[in-house]
Amino acid sequence: MSEELFPEPEWLSEEVKTGTTIIAVTFDGGVVLGSDSRVSAGESVVNRVMNKLSPLHDKIYCALSGSAADAQTIAEIVNYQLDVHSYLSPMSYDPLVCSAATLVKNISYKYKEELSAHLIVAGWDRKKGGQVYATLNGLLSRQPFAIGGSGSFYINGFVDAEYRKNMTKRESQEFVVNALTLAMGRDGSSGGVAYVVTIDKDGAEEKCVLGNELPKFFDE
Amino acid sequence: MHFTVVFSGLSGVCDRLRQARVRTPAAGSFSNVVSVKMATVLQFPASVSTFNNYNDLYPDWTQREVSTGTTIMAVEFEGGVVIGADSRTTTGAYIANRVTDKLTPIHERIFCCRSGSAADTQAIADAVTYQLGFHSIELDEAPLVQTAASLFREMCYRYREELMAGIIVAGWDPRRGGQVYTVPVGGMMTRQPVSVGGSGSSYIYGYVDSNYRAGMSKEECLKFTAEALTLAMERDGSSGGVVRLAVISEQGVERQVILGNQLPKFSTV
Repeated sequence: MSEELFPEPEWLSEEVKTGTTIIAVTFDGGVVLGSDSRVSAGESVVNRVMNKLSPLHDKIYCALSGSAADAQTIAEIVNYQLDVHSYLSPMSYDPLVCSAATLVKNISYKYKEELSAHLIVAGWDRKKGGQVYATLNGLLSRQPFAIGGSGSFYINGFVDAEYRKNMTKRESQEFVVNALTLAMGRDGSSGGVAYVVTIDKDGAEEKCVLGNELPKFFDE
Repeated sequence: MHFTVVFSGLSGVCDRLRQARVRTPAAGSFSNVVSVKMATVLQFPASVSTFNNYNDLYPDWTQREVSTGTTIMAVEFEGGVVIGADSRTTTGAYIANRVTDKLTPIHERIFCCRSGSAADTQAIADAVTYQLGFHSIELDEAPLVQTAASLFREMCYRYREELMAGIIVAGWDPRRGGQVYTVPVGGMMTRQPVSVGGSGSSYIYGYVDSNYRAGMSKEECLKFTAEALTLAMERDGSSGGVVRLAVISEQGVERQVILGNQLPKFSTV
């Protein structure tokens, strides 16, 4: 009886999700990753400034979406595995993006019934340059660009229309910021600020675009 | 075109299907595969077939309601409106009609774009056509687009529990020129310069937000609509076929069809 008079707030029992928008794009010489910053539990926003772009290695990052706990744990495990791999192996150069993506895929596939997280792995290595891998539910697919998260549905049309091969670094960054802004404008579970990471042969550069600096689009 | 799909002994189930569908997450909006499956299972009683149920005796399309899972769009420009729709009607995974006309005339210069259940929208459109025709005779002048939209809204709101209909009403009248009103599922009504609807619309919100500009010409609106519909048709399994367009203005209605091989091409699709 008392539970009905004072119902437990939804956010105590709802799983914490990064209902989100993430995107990664290759350009000639590297990749650009972008994400929003909202973490929601049911209808509450539990973190409005979370950085969902998580480093797996110096020049390999991954973008998190889905259940926040699952995604963060996978990223931490793979970060550890890559550290061990680059420490123990005789190679003096950095691990391949493909290796990182395969490690993520192995975890996602083996525990696919228990986990619900989608990570996009992107980075630069000296063998194949900038690469983007999608690892949804245990598949591994290399793509010129990838989008993920609940907000990505609204920008499918936009990225299909606007993406062109061989964009410059500047154009790719603008493309990522525009896509994120449009998705954050339509998806209730995405919002906050936009985090952008650019990775090329010189390293990774992180940037945060605040709400008032985001581009403005016509909004009915 | 008239459609009757026979549900052998499942008529009570249809009401449940329709009720339950109103509460399940809209197509394409999940962020967690597990929770969508749980949500659908919890809301159906054990005896009702869900979208995962595979029964050899009855093909999938005999257990599903006919729906215009679709993409529809309407844009205002100076002097009129441009409306567009795809042409696919599905019953489950089967395409019942691949050349459907979802742009239905309600009056001489007022059209509606239908999405949702094919039967529901056809019935509502027929009823509103009758009511508007009667009203126009009484008034002895052309009806306002807002009147047509209000009639749709009345019906969609009053019977919101039984219906599943998302409608865009667009047309031209002498008082206010070209207007677009959207009446989504649930029965709200609002006027917008550009409106998209149907299951495929989720995929093109970003494209429409970034590419719409106020004050486009008729040709620019036609191109914008055709491109948006093409992008949605490429991504949404329930939209496809040809693109049907219509321009409504003071001069009347011009209709056109863009066939599959004439659709605009994008580098990624």
